[in-house]
Amino acid sequence: MTKALNKAVPALFALLAFAACEREERGFRVEPPSSARATGVALTDFQPGKAQPLPVTKNEYEANAFAVSEGKRLYEQMNCVGCHFHGGGGIGPPLMDEKWIYGGDPAQIFSTVVEGRPNGMPAFRGRLTDEQVWKIAAFVRSLGGQVQKDVAPGRDDDISGPPAPASTEQKPPTNAPGIPKSAEMPK
Amino acid sequence: MKGFAPSLLYSQSVLDTAGPQAGRIESLWWLMFWVELGVFVVVMGFLLAAVLRRRRPHRGEAVDAPDLKPEPARERRMSHLVIGGVAVSILIQFVFLVASYLTGDAVTSAMAKEHLTVKVTGRQWWWEATYENSVAQYTLTTANEIHIPVGVPVLFKLASTDVIHSFWVPQLHGKTDLIPGHETILWLRADKPGAYRGQCAEFCGYQHAHMGLVVVAEPPEQFKAWYDSQLGPAREPSTASEARGREIFVTAPCVMCHTIQGTEAGGRVGPNLTHVASRQTIAAGTLENTRGHLAGWVTDSQKIKPGNRMPPVPLAPDDLQAVLDYLQSLK
Amino acid sequence: MPERSGETRADEILAEDLVEEREREALEKTWGDGPGLWGWLTTVNHKSVGRRFIFTAFAFFIFGGILAVLMRVQLSRPENNFLGPDLYGQIFTMHGTVMMFLFAVPVMEAMAVYLVPLMLGTRNIAFPRLNAFGYWVYLFGGIMLFTAFILNVGPDAGWFAYVPLSGPEYSPGKRVDFWAQTITFTELSALVVATELVTTIFKLRAPGMSLNRIPIYVWSVLVMAFMVIFAMPTVALASTCLILDRLVGTHFFNPAEGGDPILWQHLFWFFGHPEVYIIFIPATGFVSAIIPTFVRRPMFGYTALVLSLVSTGFIGFGLWVHHMFAAGLPRLGQSFFTGATMIIAIPSGIQIFCWIATIWAGRPRFKTPFMFVLGFFFVFVLGGLTGVMQASVPLDLQVHDTFFVVAHFHYVLIGGAVFPLFGAFYYWLPKITGRMLSERLGHLNFWLMFVGFNLAFFPMHVLGLRGMPRRVYTYQPNLGWADLNLLATAGGVVMTLGVLVFVVNYFLSVTRRRGALAGDNPWGAGTLEWATPSPPPAYNFQHLPTVAGRETLWQQSPDQPVVTGLRSDVRDVLVTRMLDAEPDLKYEFPDSTVWPLLAALSVTAMFVGSIFNPWAVVVGAVPVFVTLTGWFWPKKRGAEDKPPEGLKTKHRELVKDLKLEGQET
Repeated sequence: MTKALNKAVPALFALLAFAACEREERGFRVEPPSSARATGVALTDFQPGKAQPLPVTKNEYEANAFAVSEGKRLYEQMNCVGCHFHGGGGIGPPLMDEKWIYGGDPAQIFSTVVEGRPNGMPAFRGRLTDEQVWKIAAFVRSLGGQVQKDVAPGRDDDISGPPAPASTEQKPPTNAPGIPKSAEMPK
Repeated sequence: MKGFAPSLLYSQSVLDTAGPQAGRIESLWWLMFWVELGVFVVVMGFLLAAVLRRRRPHRGEAVDAPDLKPEPARERRMSHLVIGGVAVSILIQFVFLVASYLTGDAVTSAMAKEHLTVKVTGRQWWWEATYENSVAQYTLTTANEIHIPVGVPVLFKLASTDVIHSFWVPQLHGKTDLIPGHETILWLRADKPGAYRGQCAEFCGYQHAHMGLVVVAEPPEQFKAWYDSQLGPAREPSTASEARGREIFVTAPCVMCHTIQGTEAGGRVGPNLTHVASRQTIAAGTLENTRGHLAGWVTDSQKIKPGNRMPPVPLAPDDLQAVLDYLQSLK
Repeated sequence: MPERSGETRADEILAEDLVEEREREALEKTWGDGPGLWGWLTTVNHKSVGRRFIFTAFAFFIFGGILAVLMRVQLSRPENNFLGPDLYGQIFTMHGTVMMFLFAVPVMEAMAVYLVPLMLGTRNIAFPRLNAFGYWVYLFGGIMLFTAFILNVGPDAGWFAYVPLSGPEYSPGKRVDFWAQTITFTELSALVVATELVTTIFKLRAPGMSLNRIPIYVWSVLVMAFMVIFAMPTVALASTCLILDRLVGTHFFNPAEGGDPILWQHLFWFFGHPEVYIIFIPATGFVSAIIPTFVRRPMFGYTALVLSLVSTGFIGFGLWVHHMFAAGLPRLGQSFFTGATMIIAIPSGIQIFCWIATIWAGRPRFKTPFMFVLGFFFVFVLGGLTGVMQASVPLDLQVHDTFFVVAHFHYVLIGGAVFPLFGAFYYWLPKITGRMLSERLGHLNFWLMFVGFNLAFFPMHVLGLRGMPRRVYTYQPNLGWADLNLLATAGGVVMTLGVLVFVVNYFLSVTRRRGALAGDNPWGAGTLEWATPSPPPAYNFQHLPTVAGRETLWQQSPDQPVVTGLRSDVRDVLVTRMLDAEPDLKYEFPDSTVWPLLAALSVTAMFVGSIFNPWAVVVGAVPVFVTLTGWFWPKKRGAEDKPPEGLKTKHRELVKDLKLEGQET
């Protein structure tokens, strides 16, 4: 009886939640997005021949408020905040503007975190699980207003920083052809 | 979750006390319990008598007609009884008030110059304990298991870095909240050696249910020995497997959150693991500290405490065994 | 005024009957709801609104009860995997929120909305359109909360929503925002209904019902309504601060920016503790209404009871800190709240003693309503006594936030409010529906609920003393809590069966019409609602009654005067003076209208929209303004409707042609 109930009730709720908010799920034990998505990702659309837009990858966590808030927590606890501050940048480049040195696509951000980048960005390969990196990537994009507004976290219980830009427009991760952004030095 | 050692069959009872604070509160409980039991029996007795009392049949009147002209004499008697009842209630309340005040006085007057100070920080969902000392190298940080000497007053300084928690070890004292932005304190003393389980008592999120701790009260000399053993850096690995385990620990995600003194691991996000093998439980009082539990916890902690902050760490079987060897060597 | 002319006495009687019949028809036409769905949507009659109010609140009680059973199943054994921590968090939060905000307070107000105008001998509740608006807002708020829950957006930070856990950092997503807006909905509803009740009680009483003749139940409603008016704004303020913190980044509760999480606790409990009395006081009113009827004598100690109610209402505002004894507040301040908490037991004690005395001196008839009152005594006294224990700061430090407290407040709230409420259902449903409920099933209902309740909640005292904290989704097997939890779950099942029997009883007796016809006054009770047919007509009383004593119907003389001179073609009511209920003036009540429904819909759109975008408050204000304009648009009056010259106001007529006329019987 209890066994049957044990299965039936969660199933019922799962069914109800099926139509429901992806935003609100608390995925404690879900498979993280595959890291394969981010292997061999190009960091720039500067390429020989005719310019082709880079593929846009999807990070499921960007639609989930819990995952983004976990990303925010990790962003602080893994000390991203030490260089990038609360998105405004300082030692590292700002994350809340629209300018990306190594690309703003989720896969590009994943790769930047895992591989590290010249001039100070450490490589977190092996030190963070894929799940954590995808969550951080989702939060980083929320800083620039690139995830839905109702998913992005609210204020911190902390000293408040400057407000994030209100733009919710999804920007393709491409940069204008010309000088490769990766050639720019982080300020 | 099965198979707790008999030593881990804790009592968490308010009425099974081991120190003067909880003891005084227990006495107050029994005073109130007996008095109120008496009150309850008397009130229910009156009610029962009022309901079941035999009544003279009304002469010449239909039973159902309302009695609009009650006997004045009886009404007067009843008002005397009601007034008497109210007077007795006020008296009892007054006794309770005084008893409660005296008990409150007694449980907060444990302050003493000679005491131990432990700073307890509530985290979602575990406890960090720091033994404060004016000499920095004698300061000790541990988690979820707090040793205290018997017979010595302990000052707990309580703080929280995230949400509100409540520190509660029923056999030693009542609870005190840990509130972000406020520092609260709690004085207590254990008079009997033993292991006393406590638990967070303020709803603090998904794993509020699994935010336990153990306070181990032991004779001062034993406490001293424990304290000294905990002060030093972690044991050096003695086997090749342990050495490999340490190597994996400091290159895997473990290193980002945990501290093991004497290694590169210095994370402050999760519990300090320098002497993790000396603790009775892991995962904040949730699991007995055995190899199997440890393995389950490292690979899939989200199954045991869904929502907790430790990510599942995928390790190859050999690597996992090596890490377990290493962790179990950290006495 | 009907003219009387007839040759013979028989003709006269016949003609008089005809006149009476015509008047009833006219009144029905004036006061009745329109036909069909439109009539259903536009009604402003306190009985139509009250009925659906009670029904809705009861439906929420069933939903809240189902949530409770789910929790009990989860806790029936240690480390159970029936509900995970996430779902359990949502369910226990929903259970508390639904029971407190969508059931307990609304059902008490709903009963009052139905009963008070009848007990006072008037035709409708004051501000009837506001009344309809209050219901719709409440319904939409409840629907919003349950929709959110089904969509996995159910609040999960507890019904008390302590910050910072419920704040922007620790409760991501929209779950807590829905909770905060539910509060706004229910507060709005509770406040408007409370305002109507106070006005009705002060100004619409039957002539002769001076303050010292008001039924005790109505007194309790008055105290409740005042408490609502003073307590609810605090929580509305608190929940608004919370939603501002979450949605627009204010810092009311952020300690780093000068806010304070303790502020939330003060605001919440300044409402939260009076809330308990808001629920409990009208329930004592039920008890005071049921006891005299079933022991066949007036209540002993009327004045003492009324003063107890009023003083409970005052002292109830001075206790809130006893919810925060563990928060490390200064000791001297805590002692004050210990004293206040103990003192409030005194007025409750006076009430209990007076009730027992009344039973002592009366002749009890053991009908179902009286059985529930007896059950109330047992359960409530026990709950009250454990409450006195928790007034003590040191003892509270041990039992606070444990299952001991869970046991305590269920004893007080189920014993103190739900048992009397079920008694009230059995007592007044014959009046509301016209059918008697089955006594056999009624007794079964009572015993199942009584035994089940004690089985479910008594073990929780022991669990709390053994250290089991509240709000845990599971517990470990090595702590020795398993057996008592299983027992509590079994008790919960028995209690559920009891509630089920009530539903069956209602279905068989009322829906299937197997119950006996109730007639005007099936219990031989003494208050005015029993002086009119069951169910009462739309206009309540053909002739508004007058009152000669406290137990109106018992003390009525055969030639008790009635009020005449009110028009039956418009919604005329008689307004009386506040203290002595002398006739003061005639007042015309507004007609049925759909505007309150439209206003409630636009308010709903504004509140729900604000969860997703703060600008919804600005944009949403436009339809609210439009609907309110429609609502208050002055009524066009025909030429014949023009008030006679010399009157000061348009709607008011001085009581010139109003008489208290002897009724020939």
